[in-house]
Amino acid sequence: MPGPASGLPTAAVSDRLAADVPVESGADREIMLRATVADHTLDHQLGGMSDELVQLLTPQGERVSNHLYDPWIADLTPGQLLGLYEDLVVVRRIDTEATALQRQGELGLWPPLLGQEAAQVGSARTLRADDFVFSSYRENAVAYCRGVELIDLVRVWRGTAASGWNPYDVGMATPAVIIGAQTLHATGYAIGCAKDGVDSVAVAYFGDGATSQGDVNEAMVFAASFHAPVIFFCQNNQWAISEPVGLQSGLPLASRAPGFGIPSLRVDGNDVLAVTAAMRCALDRARTGGGPTFIEAVTYRMGPHTTSDDPSRYVDPAEREKWAAKDPIARVEAFLESEGILTDEARASVAAKADDVATHFRAGCLSLEDPEALSVFDNVYSTPHSGLARQKSQYAAYLAGFEAPADASADLDAHASIDVEGGER
Amino acid sequence: MTELTLSRAIGTGLRRALADDPKVVLLGEDIGKLGGVFRVTDGLQEEFGRDRVMDTPLAEAGILGTAVGLAFRGYRPVVEIQFDGFIYPAFDQIVAQVAKMHYRTAGAVTMPITIRVPFGGGIGAVEHHSESPEAYFTHTSGLRVIACSNPQDAHTLIRQAIACDDPVLFFEPKRRYWMKGEVEEEFGPQTLSMESARVVCEGTDVTLVAYGPLVATAMDAATAASDDGISIEVIDLRSLSPVDFDTVEASVRKTGRLVVTHEAQQFGGLGAEIAASITDRCFYFLEAAPARVTGFDVPYPPAKLEEHFLPDLDRMLDAVDRVLGRANSLTGWKA
Repeated sequence: MPGPASGLPTAAVSDRLAADVPVESGADREIMLRATVADHTLDHQLGGMSDELVQLLTPQGERVSNHLYDPWIADLTPGQLLGLYEDLVVVRRIDTEATALQRQGELGLWPPLLGQEAAQVGSARTLRADDFVFSSYRENAVAYCRGVELIDLVRVWRGTAASGWNPYDVGMATPAVIIGAQTLHATGYAIGCAKDGVDSVAVAYFGDGATSQGDVNEAMVFAASFHAPVIFFCQNNQWAISEPVGLQSGLPLASRAPGFGIPSLRVDGNDVLAVTAAMRCALDRARTGGGPTFIEAVTYRMGPHTTSDDPSRYVDPAEREKWAAKDPIARVEAFLESEGILTDEARASVAAKADDVATHFRAGCLSLEDPEALSVFDNVYSTPHSGLARQKSQYAAYLAGFEAPADASADLDAHASIDVEGGER
Repeated sequence: MTELTLSRAIGTGLRRALADDPKVVLLGEDIGKLGGVFRVTDGLQEEFGRDRVMDTPLAEAGILGTAVGLAFRGYRPVVEIQFDGFIYPAFDQIVAQVAKMHYRTAGAVTMPITIRVPFGGGIGAVEHHSESPEAYFTHTSGLRVIACSNPQDAHTLIRQAIACDDPVLFFEPKRRYWMKGEVEEEFGPQTLSMESARVVCEGTDVTLVAYGPLVATAMDAATAASDDGISIEVIDLRSLSPVDFDTVEASVRKTGRLVVTHEAQQFGGLGAEIAASITDRCFYFLEAAPARVTGFDVPYPPAKLEEHFLPDLDRMLDAVDRVLGRANSLTGWKA
């Protein structure tokens, strides 16, 4: 069984944007960036929080220059930019398909990420295989970028498994549903990385609502105290089900972190380039002993909280329209077109890929079979447990009683053996 | 063999675990320089360094959540909760994260976390310092729960708990921390099953089941009863989840009578579970309905009232009289 005992994460994830700055720009430049960009940027934030958003791509797709953050994405090739565009399109397609599957009764529930594609793709694609993600339940695009199989994205939502994948295969824990609990796990994991003397980084994904939870605040206390290489990546999508972010905080969420001694920044979460730059900057700090960073990715939940939610009861349509104009995909499309990167051919290729993914995603979902009854007892403990073993054997005997009459005598034997084993009944 | 207090016996167990496995790390409040408020971790930070014996910020959920992350990373965290009543801020991390992670990940991620909890009353303490919260955790699937009662068991069981790949709540009877006993350190993790109960003294008339701080009280009760010609078999459960029902059942089949005692409140407690399970297993061997001697269903009271909360020798003997059909407090003292 893969696991920490067998030598720690054996992630086989796609990390197509990881570590490109040092590799392509040379060591000298890396050092320069660290000194002038990372430190200066974050010191500036520490000195006096501003509400200013880091934005490199306007909603209209115009490239805005930013001398602090431009260097962090200067190495991106047209191919990599197209790759980001493809990811954005594909994860939106997965999300749309999943919502449809839920409406068709194939999934019990689905938490759409519509509108948050750039925040998730931009941050996840910068990670290395040996980094480790601890997320909430809406980070399906992050999971996709980490290399989670399509079929594994829906096991939980179809109800066939308690979680979808082996965390050590992809460097990502399965989602935490208790709001904010995973931020502490990320912090502990990061403390472990530091103990091990490696430069792997843990990333905690959580939302605006989670910032009110004690766990998130305690995670920041622990991360600061132990100087842990962890990134707190907060997707402020403006809503915690029906509660607007103003109910969680009267100040920008990023402004809380410096109170814990953690540098922070606010980034346009619908701008995949800005998110990539911010994340690379924070990763560099963490890898080089700079400790934790808090990133507030300002975005918007364009859909419901989950497929069970009815946002028409609380969302102002005018506000939603305002955010629709800031769509994370449209601006990349416009930018790549203006740069001559997104050709008709490339667009068709991405569309074909999205179609293909959607087809496989749907087929995978429909192929999931109900688990075997007695598996309800599996994996509660990693070593034998006498109480549970007894319940399992008794329930097995009970279930055997429902089988065909031809088997009745065998069932009675099974009952008898249980009774002998279990003592006087 | 060395004579050690129960506190030192746990401390030496922790030292062996730290020495034997570099992945073992201790986390808690005041466990470093101070050596813990009960001095259980005395000297360990000096010996193993601040990287292995970590004083943490004052936040129980933070400690447990951090331990989860360390376990993900392959570490084997041993957490100290300073007092029983301080565990509740960590409740979510324990029951919703630590307990479920193995199940949630289909066995991919183990949580070899030991959570040490000094528990129980009898020390004249203020509120939140005398509680017995074990039933919250025995009710939680995915956790193992241990309560030690003497120095040798404390030493052996803490090493077994740390070596176990499942999360273990390890309850330490704080009023017995200074109880002395011979400890054989060569009793390593493999020497006995962590799940097995121990027959502390054999008897033929009544089975008296106890754990943690009340094992010593139960032994006193057995000694006192023998003066009246009553033979009590005392069983120390040691493991509260799972419970070694086979040992209890074998005893009750012999004695026909069961008394269960714990400091924790009665309603929904372990006594109810043991009475029900034993009744279920060997109803036709019972001569009387099982009896429980427990704390009352009130918050743990102020120090000057705790003697009216805690089960003591006389209350145990009263229950023994009850299951024997002798005169007792419920029938009136004349039978």
